[in-house]
Amino acid sequence: MSAAAAEVPAAITRRRRHPSSHREAPFGFAMIGLSCLFVAIFTAIPIVASLGLSFFSWDVISSPQFVGVENYQRLFTDGPVLKSFGVTLGMALAIVVLQLTLGLALAVLVNQRKLVWIRTLFRTAFYLPLLASTAAVSIFMGYLFDYKFGVVNYYLGLLGIPNVPWLTSGFGAATTIVLIAVWQQVGFTFVLFVASLMSVPTDVLEAAQIDGAGPLRTLFRIKVPLISPTILFAAVVALINAMQLFDQPYIMTKGGPGSATTTVTISMYQKGFQNLQFGYGSAIAIVLLVAILIITGLQFLAARKLVFYQ
Amino acid sequence: MTDSTGTLVRIGRITGIAVLVLAAMVALGPLLWTITTSLRTPAEAFSNPPQWIPLHPDFSNYSAVFDKIPIGRFFFNSVIVTGLIVIGQTITCTLSGYAFAMVSFPGRSLIFGIFLATMMVPLQTIIIPVFVIIRYLGLSDSPLSLVVSALGSAFGTFLMRQYFMQMPKELGEAARIDGAGHFQTFLLIYAKMAGPAIATLAILNFSGFWAEFYRPLIFLQTQDNFTLPLGLVGLQGNLGTGSISVVLAGVVLAILPSVVLFIFAQRYFIAGITAGASR
Repeated sequence: MSAAAAEVPAAITRRRRHPSSHREAPFGFAMIGLSCLFVAIFTAIPIVASLGLSFFSWDVISSPQFVGVENYQRLFTDGPVLKSFGVTLGMALAIVVLQLTLGLALAVLVNQRKLVWIRTLFRTAFYLPLLASTAAVSIFMGYLFDYKFGVVNYYLGLLGIPNVPWLTSGFGAATTIVLIAVWQQVGFTFVLFVASLMSVPTDVLEAAQIDGAGPLRTLFRIKVPLISPTILFAAVVALINAMQLFDQPYIMTKGGPGSATTTVTISMYQKGFQNLQFGYGSAIAIVLLVAILIITGLQFLAARKLVFYQ
Repeated sequence: MTDSTGTLVRIGRITGIAVLVLAAMVALGPLLWTITTSLRTPAEAFSNPPQWIPLHPDFSNYSAVFDKIPIGRFFFNSVIVTGLIVIGQTITCTLSGYAFAMVSFPGRSLIFGIFLATMMVPLQTIIIPVFVIIRYLGLSDSPLSLVVSALGSAFGTFLMRQYFMQMPKELGEAARIDGAGHFQTFLLIYAKMAGPAIATLAILNFSGFWAEFYRPLIFLQTQDNFTLPLGLVGLQGNLGTGSISVVLAGVVLAILPSVVLFIFAQRYFIAGITAGASR
């Protein structure tokens, strides 16, 4: 398209394009008006406002005070907040790795089933957890992982394993929340990978079989490279979501025990909405955004070497 | 040689099925336990072993949950909030998605680029300014604050644009020659064909906003204004461990609408997930 357009003298394209776009322009602006209004007020302007607020000290009641980079200086010396970044990163990485590996393994196994109704059955089973709200999941999982009366410890007890302090020890609580997030989210990656595996051309797989490649070799040398763009997408989306982990730790452990499950979003909530430090809360939010952008950028950099585009 | 590979393949296949069945049990187990425990009497709710099949289902928890908390009120709030967002976004996103795909106007790609850029920004990053704007609009502690701040969507616009881009431009040109106006062409020809995309967007929005916890937690203070997820978490805190079967009855009621919708519109749920991947 661009090559063809380049051959047409610029003056002609300009003359051709303008009258028609002028005629349609009022209609176009009217059509995007509502969306622009709402996206501007509730997304675009708040992004700029968040950045601006991070240079102020503001408790909502009195008028804001400009403090320069003070909020950021405070953040980088605030032990508990810095720790929440570490906690979030650790839990997010664990969630993404587990979610992708399990999702891929289950997708490959389901894809091997020939009967459509069996595939639908398993797809439904893995999708159902996604239908529950994180609040609902946090409530019933809290009961299931209860130290004394929980079903999980009951069955482990039958196997001779003493009660595990799932939610009452630091490492236990972080592990439990990771497992619960994976339990709920794995259906998302699973559905993506099943759809992607379906698009792998059968003649390629047949050729591999004729050449004597076993199932594992076919998986890692052919299927995984062919669906690698989907794997990258799933990894990016899963990580962006996991970096914002809030509901489960807030509901199940209130960020504890101690600060073992205090994620960035929980410390932002505490500083911003509980202590009414809107400026400091905004600074934490901006650093979280920058962290997410950097990690996403790293994923795309890594993808340059690993992802195979047809 | 062939014999041993044959055995290996068979072992592999059986292991594969075993893993799948086990994974399905892990996925469904907690949900099943929630349902069966909501049917036990509060006294035996926490007694192990759990009852996987409700032999003597006791529905008293379902009436108790209405007596002990205003769950009817929460349900009403959730229906209104989710319903208005679904309807509102269907309108705003269909209009703007069509314009970005089919209408040419100056600044189109720049504005669309800004839309795409806002998609990257997490909710937490903008929540403080949004909270402040809600206050200025006088909508503090109102369920309507959840609606108003969710009426525009960059993702929804993107989703609808992708769908309209696949449609032939010739249809509209023919209608225009026959004397149809711009808006008529959009409404009577293109919007009519956009059913599957509208359904996908509506279902994504329903399941997302029905389950939402973070914004209600920050925007709402009075219990009467709570939506279901927020109300349930409060219920759990108020009742303590004594009535977990009552809490779980509430949880089942909250999940039910999504499950019913999923049964009837499964393919749109799946489409919603894969739609994002085409970015």
